[in-house]
Amino acid sequence: MNKILEARFIAPDIKLFRIEAPLIAQKRKAGQFVIVRVHEYGERIPLTIADSNEEEGSITIIVQGIGKTTKLLNTLEAGNYILDVVGPLGKPSEIENFGTAVSIGGGVGTAIAFPTAKALKEAGNYVISIIGGRTKELVILEDEMKEVCDEVYPTTDDGSYGFHGLVTDKLKELINEGRKIDFVLAIGPIPMMAAVAEVTRPYGIKTVVSLNPIMVDGTGMCGGCRAVINGKTMFVCVDGPEFDAHQVDFSILTKRNKMYLPQEKHSLEKFMCNLDKMAMEVENARVNA
Amino acid sequence: MPELTPKERMAIQRHHMPEQDPEVRNKNFDEVNLGYDAALAMAEAERCLRCKKPVCIQGCPVAVKIPDFIMMVAEGRFKEAAAILKEDNTLPAVCGRVCPQETQCEQVCVVAKKAEPVAIGYLERFVADWERMNIGIQVPEIKEKTGKKVAIIGGGPSGLSCAGDLIRMGHDVTVFEALHEIGGVLIYGIPEFRLPKEIVKAEVDGLKAMGVKFETNFIVGLTKTIDELLQEYDAVFIGVGAGLPYFLNVPGEHLNGVYSSNEFLTRVNLMKAYDREHADTPVFDMTGATVAVFGGGNTAMDAVRTSLRLGAKKAMIVYRRTEAEMPARIEEIKHAKEEGVEFILLAAPIELLGDENGWLRAMKLQKMELGEPDASGRRRPVPIPGAIEEIPIDAAIVAIGNGSNPIISKTTPDLKVNKWGNILVDEATMKTNKKGVFAGGDIVTGGATVILAMGAGRTAAKAIDEYLKNPDVW
Repeated sequence: MNKILEARFIAPDIKLFRIEAPLIAQKRKAGQFVIVRVHEYGERIPLTIADSNEEEGSITIIVQGIGKTTKLLNTLEAGNYILDVVGPLGKPSEIENFGTAVSIGGGVGTAIAFPTAKALKEAGNYVISIIGGRTKELVILEDEMKEVCDEVYPTTDDGSYGFHGLVTDKLKELINEGRKIDFVLAIGPIPMMAAVAEVTRPYGIKTVVSLNPIMVDGTGMCGGCRAVINGKTMFVCVDGPEFDAHQVDFSILTKRNKMYLPQEKHSLEKFMCNLDKMAMEVENARVNA
Repeated sequence: MPELTPKERMAIQRHHMPEQDPEVRNKNFDEVNLGYDAALAMAEAERCLRCKKPVCIQGCPVAVKIPDFIMMVAEGRFKEAAAILKEDNTLPAVCGRVCPQETQCEQVCVVAKKAEPVAIGYLERFVADWERMNIGIQVPEIKEKTGKKVAIIGGGPSGLSCAGDLIRMGHDVTVFEALHEIGGVLIYGIPEFRLPKEIVKAEVDGLKAMGVKFETNFIVGLTKTIDELLQEYDAVFIGVGAGLPYFLNVPGEHLNGVYSSNEFLTRVNLMKAYDREHADTPVFDMTGATVAVFGGGNTAMDAVRTSLRLGAKKAMIVYRRTEAEMPARIEEIKHAKEEGVEFILLAAPIELLGDENGWLRAMKLQKMELGEPDASGRRRPVPIPGAIEEIPIDAAIVAIGNGSNPIISKTTPDLKVNKWGNILVDEATMKTNKKGVFAGGDIVTGGATVILAMGAGRTAAKAIDEYLKNPDVW
């Protein structure tokens, strides 16, 4: 049981949690994740550790409510407890002084990119951050990124904020301007990561992505998170989660992530229906009182 | 009652295990075997010849004093029987259900020379169940506290058995478990219908009552390293079990609908996906599906029988040798057949075929014949040229074993492992090359049985006790 110290929405459906986890806070490095379970019949879901505070003994996770488990998690508030938190899992990001590094985050992917961008800066890189969102309110952690990066470019698909276009358009612009880019980190939806890989491939720019496949135990036991890297089967939970973007088979990853779509949809509908019921009950109780 | 003569004892037929009807049980997750009642147990116990030199004890990896506890059963003294049993076996209700007795104690039973062996496993199960259900699991005698602390890594069979012995020796014992529940393969792997989780929990509670401490959600190597544990603990036992599942290395293994047995069983057992009403963790909808399970071990039988219970219309075992070479327990194979599992023998999958959306639709099998014996002494399967068959399937489960988990070896670089990542130990003591660190179970041997892992845990406990008394000797 891990106590929630702080819980606040930083964008619609995206919530930041600071939770008590002293041992994980001591050990975690950029790029690592925890597995979280919210209730007795709950599933185990991987969440990247966005930040930590060793003195306070806390870690920060940022959760986008998409399915039942993440939406349920996002109903929790400060003072509540999370049933199970285990970690830090996965291999840390490989951090070195590459020269100029570009960190690209799409949507909630920015939360995953943040700790690595910070570590890249601490290692002496000149760090440029591109923060993508469909629309203005989905551009997250801009202030936090500004603190740890040399340049920050928000982008929106609809042009409501910052650069009008996709993160790959901004990356292409930087390359076309003749900026010398030595390293790219891209974390976000699979189509975005695959697109970034294709932008940097012709230039031979080392590009790393963080994969988020379906996982169960997260400790190297079940093999559910297998991905094809350079033609070989790798287990994302112990061999990753970060891999060379130019070696990832994104097509297999995309298909595998769709395996439980009908069940996930059903589970979410049932949950949302109950949420309405719960809210109604609370409402009725108030009226009666 | 007058004492029976050996001849009279030999004349008693082995008592069958009452079980659920196959056509009923293949649709539920309740336990298949129902267990002896007191009368059946006492009658079966009369079959034991009480040999002067009981070879059955040598056949038991944890050396249970078999004739002694059986004699108590024959006299109806079940409480005493349980106490004797538990001197050597930390998890008797588990072992009475999942041990391969037919290749251990029952294989060497003297009665087996002329008739069916004494049902040692069924009697063990009866005694453990009787204690739990009638008087509650009793706490055995614990020696005076030594003040020494031992960390056990992994809450599976080897770790629990090691913990049970060490706590009785008076040491302070903490078990660290990576998952959210204690039991390892007993919880995530072996299905409810063969080993109810409630029984595992009760035996773990028994260890708690003896003073063993448990830390779940703690992954040694990452949450804390072994070197860090060695600063707080006087000795460490590594029993982390088998690791990454092997795949077939055939095209199509990444298709949706293809599982490792570890993943499939973990979803259904640990994550309770069999309870569709409540569990959030999904599993492939087996309703009306055709399922193939590759492999011939106990895990393959567990996976195929689980598929049937989840509603599969047709569930098949695909094995590249014949039934005689199957590593599964005879009882598991028998149960699977009774429940309607089909066996495709002398066939190996060479390709899995999918549709345009990445879903499995068929398997391509290469038919085999048996050739010369290989290194394991079993006749090697040899492909029959051109004999290839395509069979439509909806789901496939690969149950061909596990490699080793890399987390401990990667985070403990001075610990010696072989080329497969298995930890190297001295077999008599389970000592690794690293002072104060012992290891046992599947992480040392590769995939084996619950009881062999428990035996290794016991051997290690004895050696740890000696080491704690004399820590200068390694």
